[in-house]
Amino acid sequence: MSVAAPARPEPAAGPVRAGRPVRVGPVSGLLRWRDVAVPAVAFAVLVLAAALSIGRGDYPIGLGEVLRTLVGLGEQTQEFVVLQLRAPRVVVGALVGLALGVSGALFQTFARNPLAAPDTLGITTGASVGAVAAIVLSGGTSTGAILGGLGVPVAALLGALATGALLFGLAWRTGIDGYRLVLVGIALWSVGAALVDWLLTRAEIHDAASAYVWITGSLNARTWDDVVPLGLAVAVLLPLALAAGRVLGVLQFGDDTARGLGVRLTGAQTAVVLLAVCLVAFAVSAAGPITFVALVVPQIAVRLTGGSRPPLLAAGLLGALLVVGADLVTRTVLPQALPVGILTAVIGAPYLLWLLVRGRRRSTV
Amino acid sequence: MATTVDVPARDVARPPTPPRRLGTLVLLLALVVAAALASIAIGSRSIGLPEVWGALLDPPLDTDEAVIVRELRLPRTALGLMVGAALGLAGGLMQGHTRNPLGDPGLLGVTAGASLAVVLAISVLGISTPAGYVWFAFAGALAGTVLVYGIGSAGPGGATPVTLALAGAALSALLYALVRAILVSDEQTLDSFRFWVVGSLAGRDASVAWQVAPFLALGLVLALVNAPALNLLGLGEDVARGLGQRIWLARAVGLAAITLLCGAATAACGPIAFVGLVVPHAVRALTGPDHRWLLPCSALAGAALLLVADVIGRVVAHPGELQVGIVLALVGAPFFVALVRRRKTVAL
Repeated sequence: MSVAAPARPEPAAGPVRAGRPVRVGPVSGLLRWRDVAVPAVAFAVLVLAAALSIGRGDYPIGLGEVLRTLVGLGEQTQEFVVLQLRAPRVVVGALVGLALGVSGALFQTFARNPLAAPDTLGITTGASVGAVAAIVLSGGTSTGAILGGLGVPVAALLGALATGALLFGLAWRTGIDGYRLVLVGIALWSVGAALVDWLLTRAEIHDAASAYVWITGSLNARTWDDVVPLGLAVAVLLPLALAAGRVLGVLQFGDDTARGLGVRLTGAQTAVVLLAVCLVAFAVSAAGPITFVALVVPQIAVRLTGGSRPPLLAAGLLGALLVVGADLVTRTVLPQALPVGILTAVIGAPYLLWLLVRGRRRSTV
Repeated sequence: MATTVDVPARDVARPPTPPRRLGTLVLLLALVVAAALASIAIGSRSIGLPEVWGALLDPPLDTDEAVIVRELRLPRTALGLMVGAALGLAGGLMQGHTRNPLGDPGLLGVTAGASLAVVLAISVLGISTPAGYVWFAFAGALAGTVLVYGIGSAGPGGATPVTLALAGAALSALLYALVRAILVSDEQTLDSFRFWVVGSLAGRDASVAWQVAPFLALGLVLALVNAPALNLLGLGEDVARGLGQRIWLARAVGLAAITLLCGAATAACGPIAFVGLVVPHAVRALTGPDHRWLLPCSALAGAALLLVADVIGRVVAHPGELQVGIVLALVGAPFFVALVRRRKTVAL
C-alpha cells in the first residue's frame, strides 16, 4: 500500500508580486512597474501642461511652435515671448511644485504621519511671518525698514530657515524623534499663525490685502531672477533627497530596527530634516506658501504607486504637475486670474477625496 | 494610525497613580477659579476684590465698578470659561479618535466650514458684528463636519483614523481655498474677516454666551459619555469590537461631541486653534492616556489657559487689548515646547 506524497500547498490565489528584483552593480532592489510608470506619466503630462501654459496668453502661440522655440528653432519674436516672458513663470511653478512634493514626502515618511508637512509643522508659516512683516512693516519701524529693504523673497527665505532651525534645535535631544518633531512643529505653527494674523490686523488694509495674496501663493510676474536661486537649490538638494530615499525605507521600520540594520540614525535623521526644510524654504521664497501641495500630493502619490510610503520622485513630479496645471487653469478657464495657491487646493483636494472614497488599500503612512 | 508612534519603551512615562490624578484634577480646578477671579478683577479699569465681591453678591449696587463687573466682565469670563473648556475637550476627543498628535478639532472641517460661512455672511449679507456671525459660523461648522465624516467614512474601510484625518485635511484645504478666492478679490470683506479670524473674547455680550451654552452643555455630556469607549478604541478597532464596543456608535457620539463643542466655541469667539491642539498633549503628560481623566482635565486646563491668556492680553496692550488667540500662541507655545522637551512624551 503506497502512501500518497503529502500534497504541496496550493499557491495563494492571485498574483502577489512585490516587484521584479533588479541588481545594478552593488545596488539591488525591487522594481515595480508603477514606481516607474507613475513618474513617467506625470513627467509627460507635466511637459504637455508646461508647453500649453507657455502658449496661452494675449499673444497665443501653438503647441508645436512652443516646442520648436524651446529647442531653439523658433522666430525671434516668439523666442522673446516664450523664453523671456512666459517660461520663467512655468519653470518657477514646476520647481516649486517639485520641491514641495519631495519635501512633504520626506516629512511624512520621517514622522510616520500623513499629516506632517511643512504647512502643519510651521515652516511655511515661518516664511509667511517673514514675508508679511516685510510687506506690512516696511514703512514703520526700523526693523521693518530692514526687512523691507531685503525684499519679500529674502525675508520669506529667512523666516522659513529660521523656523526650520528652531524646529530642528528644539526637537533635538540626543537625536530627533519623529513624535517630538511633530509636537514642536505644532507649537511653531501656532506661534507663526498667530503672528501672521496679528500683523494682518495691525496693517493698513491695502498692505493687508497684498500680504494676503502673497500668503495664498502666486506665480505672477516671475522672472529668471526668481528661477536662479530656486533652480540651484533644487539641483543640489533633489539628488541628495533621492539618495536619502533608500535610508528612508529603512527608517520606516522604526529606530531600533534601522540601527540594527546599520543605519547611522542621527546622521540620517538630521540629513532628512535639513533637506526637507531647505527645499521648502527656497520653494516658499519663490512663490509664497502654496498650501496643500506638500501635505496632500505625497498622499496622492502613495495611492497611485501603491507603495508603503510616499515615493519621492513621483511626489515631486505630481507636485510640479499640480502647480503648473493649476496655474494653467487660472489663466485660461477662469474669467478672473486667481492666485495659483487657490486652484491647487480646488483641483487637488477633490482628487484626494475621490481616491479616499474609492481606495482599495489603506496606507500606514 | 496605529503606527505613528514608536516611542522606545524607556521613554514611556508610567501611568500616574490615582491620588496623583486626583491631585491634578483638584489643582486644575483651583487654577480655573483663580483665573476666573483674575479675569473679573483685572482690566483696563482695575477693580479691587472687595468691590468685585460687592458687585457679585449685592445686585442692586450700581456704581460704575459694579456695572462693569456685572455687564462686561462677568459675561466675558463666563464665555471664556465655556469656550476654553469646550476647546480642550474637543481637542482631547479629536486626538483620541484620529490617534494623531496633529489632530486638532478644526481638522474635522469645523474651522474651515465656519470660516467660509462667516466670509459669505460678510460679503453677501453685509453682516459685520461678532454677534451676527454666531449662527452662520455654527451652521458652517456643522456642514463642514458632516461633509468630512461622510466622505471619510464612505471608503471601503469605513471611518478609520487615517481616512478621517486625510478627508478633513483635504476638505479643509478646499473650503479655505474658497475663502481665499473671495478674500483676495474683496478688500472690504477681508477688513472684517481679519479681525474675526484671530479669535477674541472682546465685544461678545451675554447673549452670545446664552446662545452657545445649550450646545456646549450637550457636547460636554456626549464627550464624557464617550470617554470609556475612546479608551477601548485606543486598543485598535478589532480589539474594541471584540470587547463588545459598537465602533460606529462610539465614533458617531465622539464626532457629534466634537462638532457641538468646537462649532459652538468657534461660533462664539472665532477660530482658536491653540487650545485644542496643545492642551491635551500637556495634560496627557500629567494624567496619562486614560480618557476618563484626560478629558475632564483637558477641559479644566483649557478653561484656565484661555482665561489667563485673555487677562494677559488685556494687561500687556493697556488700554487696548491683544486678541486672546494671539496671546495664547505667543505665551503658550514656549511653555509647551519646554514641556515637550523636559517631560517623557506620553504617546497617543
